[in-house]
Amino acid sequence: MDALANNFQVLFQGLALGSIYALVALGFVLIIRATNVVNFAQGDFAMLGAYMMVAFLVSVGLPYWLSFLLALVGMGVFGLVFNYGVYYPLRHRGFLPVIISTLGASIFLQNTVLAIFGAQPKRLDNVIAGGMQIGAVFLDSQYLVILAVTMVMVAFQFFLFEHTMLGKKLQATSQDKDMARLLGIPVALMIAITFVYSSALGGLAGVLVGPVLFVSIGMGSIIALKAFAATIIGGFGDVKGAIVGGLFIGVIESFAAFYISVPYKDAYAFLMLFLVLVLRPQGFFGERVAEKA
Amino acid sequence: MRTQSLEAPRARHVSPWPFILFAIAVAVPLLPYYTHVSHFVLSMFMQATTYAIAVLGMVVVLGYTGQINLAQAAFFGFGAYGVALGTVAHGMSFWLSLAIGIGIAGLAGGILGMTTLRLGGHYLAMITISFQQIFDLVAVNWIGVTRGPDGVAGIARPSLFGYELSDDRAYLLLCSLVLYAMMAAVWYLPRTRLGRAMRGVRENELAAEVVGVHTLRTKIIAFTLSAALGGVGGGLYAGGFAYISPDNFNFQRAVEFLSMVLLGGVQSPFGGALGTTLLILLPEWLKEMPPSLQFIKDVYLAIYGLAVILIMVFMPEGIWGLLRNSWMKFRTAPPVDTSGITPLNLDIAVTETTPLLKLEGLQKYFGGLHAVDGIDLEVARGTVHALIGPNGSGKTTMLNVVNGIYKPTGGHIIIDGNDVTLKSPHERAAHGLGRTFQNIRLFPSMSALENVIVGAQRDNNPIEPGAKALRERAMSALQFVGLADKADTIVRSLPYGHQRLVEIARALAGHPKLLLLDEPAAGLNQTEKMNLVELLKKLRSGHGLTIFLIDHDMGLVEKVSDRITVLNFGKKIAEGTPQEVLRHPDVIAAYLGDGSAAA
Repeated sequence: MDALANNFQVLFQGLALGSIYALVALGFVLIIRATNVVNFAQGDFAMLGAYMMVAFLVSVGLPYWLSFLLALVGMGVFGLVFNYGVYYPLRHRGFLPVIISTLGASIFLQNTVLAIFGAQPKRLDNVIAGGMQIGAVFLDSQYLVILAVTMVMVAFQFFLFEHTMLGKKLQATSQDKDMARLLGIPVALMIAITFVYSSALGGLAGVLVGPVLFVSIGMGSIIALKAFAATIIGGFGDVKGAIVGGLFIGVIESFAAFYISVPYKDAYAFLMLFLVLVLRPQGFFGERVAEKA
Repeated sequence: MRTQSLEAPRARHVSPWPFILFAIAVAVPLLPYYTHVSHFVLSMFMQATTYAIAVLGMVVVLGYTGQINLAQAAFFGFGAYGVALGTVAHGMSFWLSLAIGIGIAGLAGGILGMTTLRLGGHYLAMITISFQQIFDLVAVNWIGVTRGPDGVAGIARPSLFGYELSDDRAYLLLCSLVLYAMMAAVWYLPRTRLGRAMRGVRENELAAEVVGVHTLRTKIIAFTLSAALGGVGGGLYAGGFAYISPDNFNFQRAVEFLSMVLLGGVQSPFGGALGTTLLILLPEWLKEMPPSLQFIKDVYLAIYGLAVILIMVFMPEGIWGLLRNSWMKFRTAPPVDTSGITPLNLDIAVTETTPLLKLEGLQKYFGGLHAVDGIDLEVARGTVHALIGPNGSGKTTMLNVVNGIYKPTGGHIIIDGNDVTLKSPHERAAHGLGRTFQNIRLFPSMSALENVIVGAQRDNNPIEPGAKALRERAMSALQFVGLADKADTIVRSLPYGHQRLVEIARALAGHPKLLLLDEPAAGLNQTEKMNLVELLKKLRSGHGLTIFLIDHDMGLVEKVSDRITVLNFGKKIAEGTPQEVLRHPDVIAAYLGDGSAAA
C-alpha cells in the first residue's frame, strides 16, 4: 500500500468512528438542550443497546432485523425508565445532583450488565458481510453502513426538528420551559420523549459499532468521553457542532494512532479537547454566553 | 455541631458530641497497642485513613465550593507515585518524595483548574474524567518511568524524629494524626475568608463575583487544595501498602471517592470520614453474609451505582447531614444579642465635584438588538439617580454593563476617575461598587450574617483587618436594615421582604461609594415598600453615598430621586429632576403611547 492509499484508509476509518461519536454526541446535545444537564450515562446507552442486540440475536437467536428492532424499542423504553428514575426526581435541584445521579446510573448499568453477561467481550457480526475494494483501499461494509445510517439519522433529526409540530414543541421546551408550559406544551412529556429518543439513538450507535469494537462493559464510557469532547469542540449544545466535532475527533485520533502511537489512541481526543478549551472555549460553532443577572 | 462560620455573640451551649467524637478518634488508632489486631484489620484501617484524606479534598471542592472533581484518584495517584518512585527508583527520602508528590498533585490540580474552571460545571465534570483517563493511560503505558502495569514494589516506610515507623501500628498512628490534622483544617476552613468565598461560589457564583469574590481564583484554590489533599492521602497510602499499581488509581477509584463523600455528607469533613469508613467496611460485612445472600457480592458495584442515585434523591446531605439535622431539631438557638452594635458607618468623603459614575457612549449589542445604544450619563456624588423606562428599554442590561457582568460593545465606564470598562465585577467591587439584584441573589443556605460578611470582606473595604471587624461591620449593616436579630437565620427561611433587606445589607457592608439597586421594590407589599422608602431616605441623608437605581414604581422613584434618566429602546430620551422628567412629553409618550398614533 502506498502512502496515499494508507491515508485514505485511515481517513475512512476515522470518519466511520467519528460518525459513532457524532450519534452519541447528538443524544448528548438533545438532552442538554431539553434539560440543561449532561447525561453521563449517554455512553452506556450505546453499551446497553449493543448488549440488547447480543441478547436478542445471539442468546435468544432471533433474526437480525427483528433483534435490531427489538433492541431499539427496548432502548426507547429504557430511556423512559431512565427519565423517571434518574432525571425526574431531581429536576428542580440544579445540575450537580442530576449529573451525579446520571453518573450513578452509569455505574449501575455497567455493573448490572457485567453481572448478567460476564466480563468476556461479545462479538457482533457485520450487518452485511464483506466490503468494497477500491484500488488499494478496502472499505469495510460495517463502516459504510455506519456512515450511511449516520447520514440518514442526521437528515431525520433535521426533518423532525424543523418540519414537524413535535419538533417545534421540543425546540420550544429546550428554549424556554416556562413559556412553553404557558403555551400548553406538556414540558414533562417533551423531556420524556427526548430521553426516549436519545436512548434509542445511543442504542443505535452501540448496535452499529458492536461489530467494529468488541461489545464490552466499558465500550460506552470511552465512546461517551469522546462524544462529549465532540460536543465541546463543536460548541456546547449545538447540533451541527456535535456532528462536526464527532467526525473531527474520529479523524484526528485515527491519524494520530496511525502516525504517532497506538497505546495512546484514547488520549488524543482529550488533548484536542484541552487545546480547544484553551484556544477557543466556545467551540467551533458556539457563542460566548454570559449568565443573565 | 454547628457549621456556621461566625456566630452572633451569645451564651455558648456546650454539646457533649465533640468530646465523644474526640474520645473515639483518640481510642481507635491506639487500640492496636493494647489489644491484638490482625494485620488484615490494620491494613483496612490504613486504607480508610489514607482514603479519607483524599475524600477530604472532595469535601473542599465539591462540598464547600460546589465544583465537581472526578479525577481525585489521579491526584491520589500523583502522591502515591511520588513516594513510590522517589524512594524506590531515585533513592530519595520518604518525606522529600511525599512533598514532591503532593506538590505535583497540587500543581496538576491548579493547571487543570486554570484551563477549565472558567467554563463551569459540565465541562469540569467531563474534563476531570478525561484527565483521570489520561492519567491511567500514562501510568500503564509509560513503562520507562512508571514501571507500567506491574507497578512499583518495595516502598519503604519513613522514620520520624528517630522513630522507625515500619511497624503497622506506628504507621497507622501517623496516618491517623495526619488525617485528624487535615480534618481540623477542613473543618475550620468555612470559618475563614477563603472558606466563605468558596461557599459563596457554591451558593450563587454570580452574586459572589459581584460582591467582590474573585470567583475564578477561589475555584482554582479549592481545586488545588483538593488535589493536594489527594496527594497527601496517596503518598501515605503508598508507604502503608509498600506496593502500588495503576489500578489503584483508575476512574473506578475516583467514583469510589465520590460515593464516599456523598454517602457520608459532602458538607463536612466528618461526613467525608464517615462515608469512607462505611464504604471500606461494607465489602467486609458483605463477606460475612449467609450463602443465600452471597449473590450481593457479584452485584456489589451495581448497588453502589444505585446507591449514588438514591442518596442524591433521598439524602442529599448524606448521613452526617441527617444526623446533624436531627440533633439540631432538639436544639433551640438562643436569641442573638443585639446590644452594643455600632451604628453603620457609610460615610464617603465628598471632596471632588467630578461625577462619581460617568458613562461615555456606552453600547451593548446582542447580535442585532441594540439593548444599550450609545448612552452618555453622569451620576453626581452623594445623589440618588434613578433610571426608568418601559419594559425592554435596556435598564437592567445597562446595570449589568456598569456592574461588569456584561462586557460593553463600545464606550467607557468611569467610576471615581478609574476607567473600569475592562475590569471584572469583583474588581469593580474593590473600587467601591455595590449592587442588589432584581431577582434576589443571596447565598441561600448561609446565615444572614454570613451573607453580609461575604459582602464586607471585599478587597479595599475601609475597615480594620481581621475577622472581628468583619463580623462587627456585618452586624452593623444588619442592624441598619433592621435585621440584627435574624443574624443567625439561614436566609432561605427568611420571608421575601427580609431577603431583599439582607441583600441590601450585604451591599452596604462593603462600604460602597456607588450602590446599584435593580428594582428594589419589586415584589414588596405596601408596608415593605414604605419601609424601603424610609431606608433609601436614610441612605441618602448626608453620608455621601451615591445610589443609582432602577424601579418601576414611579411614586417611589419620585420620592427618593434627585435626578432621573429615562431610557427607551436603549437610548436616553430625557433627563432631569423628577418634576421635569415625569412631565416630559416624550416620557409620557414612551410609557402611555403616542396619542396621535392611537386609532
